[in-house]
Amino acid sequence: MPQLATADFVPQLVWLAITFIALYLAMWRVAIPRIVDVLEERQRRIDDDLMRAESLKREADEALAAYEEALGEARANAQRTASETRDAIKKQAADREAELDEALAKENEAASSRIRAAQVEAQGNIREIAIDAARAVTQCLIGTEPDDGAVGAAVDAALEGNR
Amino acid sequence: MKEQSPLTQFEIKRLIDIQLGGVDASFTNSSLMMIFVLVLATMLISLGMSKRAMVPGRWQSIVELAYEFIANMLRENVGSEGRRYFPFIFTLFMFILFCNLLGLVPYSFTVTSHVIVTFALAAVVFVGVTIIALVRHGFMFFTFFVPPGLPVVLAPLLVPIEVISYLARPITLSLRLFANMMAGHTMLKVFGGFVVALGLFGFAPFVFIIAIYALELIVAVLQAYVFTVLTCLYLNDAIHLQH
Repeated sequence: MPQLATADFVPQLVWLAITFIALYLAMWRVAIPRIVDVLEERQRRIDDDLMRAESLKREADEALAAYEEALGEARANAQRTASETRDAIKKQAADREAELDEALAKENEAASSRIRAAQVEAQGNIREIAIDAARAVTQCLIGTEPDDGAVGAAVDAALEGNR
Repeated sequence: MKEQSPLTQFEIKRLIDIQLGGVDASFTNSSLMMIFVLVLATMLISLGMSKRAMVPGRWQSIVELAYEFIANMLRENVGSEGRRYFPFIFTLFMFILFCNLLGLVPYSFTVTSHVIVTFALAAVVFVGVTIIALVRHGFMFFTFFVPPGLPVVLAPLLVPIEVISYLARPITLSLRLFANMMAGHTMLKVFGGFVVALGLFGFAPFVFIIAIYALELIVAVLQAYVFTVLTCLYLNDAIHLQH
């Protein structure tokens, strides 16, 4: 078995030491720092990009919040204006109605008093017509001119009885 | 046709004889593969990362995946204190992975199929981890061998078991990798011999070799992973001193 040839041990060990130490130095001083550089640079880029994305997202969120706030304010304003207008219109209508009611009531009153006056006047006219009619009927029936006072009393009594 | 043992593939061939102050530092086929591993692993990472692209391409993705894979392994098994040891763990994983994978290239040599190499790696891990534990915890380190809530009566029995299992770590760690690599390559060679010996009927073992080769690719990656994850677990024991 060639692996047990002790004479070959020393040269193998010498060259193992030489090459392994050389490889170690190459890895330690050159290769690994270079790999670490690249990996760190990449990580930094990724972190930067992530951070920028995050700040952009925050900005967008802020803009959205501002927009929503403005929208809400506008909506509230609109609602307030609408309700104010509605109230004003209602008040105006109520005022006008009250005015109209008043005018109507006044007119009604006037009409009522006119009616009453006409009634009184009409009643007065009835008495005179009745007296004239009674006198004319009496003259026609019995041919004598009745006494004005007696006819008036009789008419008054009859009107009184009708009432 | 010359009959070859399936084990000849593991032979060390001296390409250049070098003596450094009495130490045999000859450049062998194993050394050549180690140099390939060093060059290829370094090239993969430098070329892969050369564009430093924000959106990685194919090669950069592979490098980044390997980095993240080891970083996650270390974070999950050791925690944040393990970060300092990341370069070592990463190097260990890349070295073993490239040794295993390059060894699967036909006519190449598998560095990790030699127990002395895997044992040296495991010993470095073992000694390093033990030093870290001693530096962090001082004499408290030895409470690691006394499981919490251990009855005094059982201590003479269980403490030696704990000590032995701790000392066995470098052996199990190195043998696992070595045995997997050697067994796989031997099997490939044996079935390769069948293909030649059976002539036209060699078709059957040839199909089998393709399947085994796919399996060996998985084993190569898996064993690199196992070696590294166990190193992480030992490191965790050293830092947190828990069972």
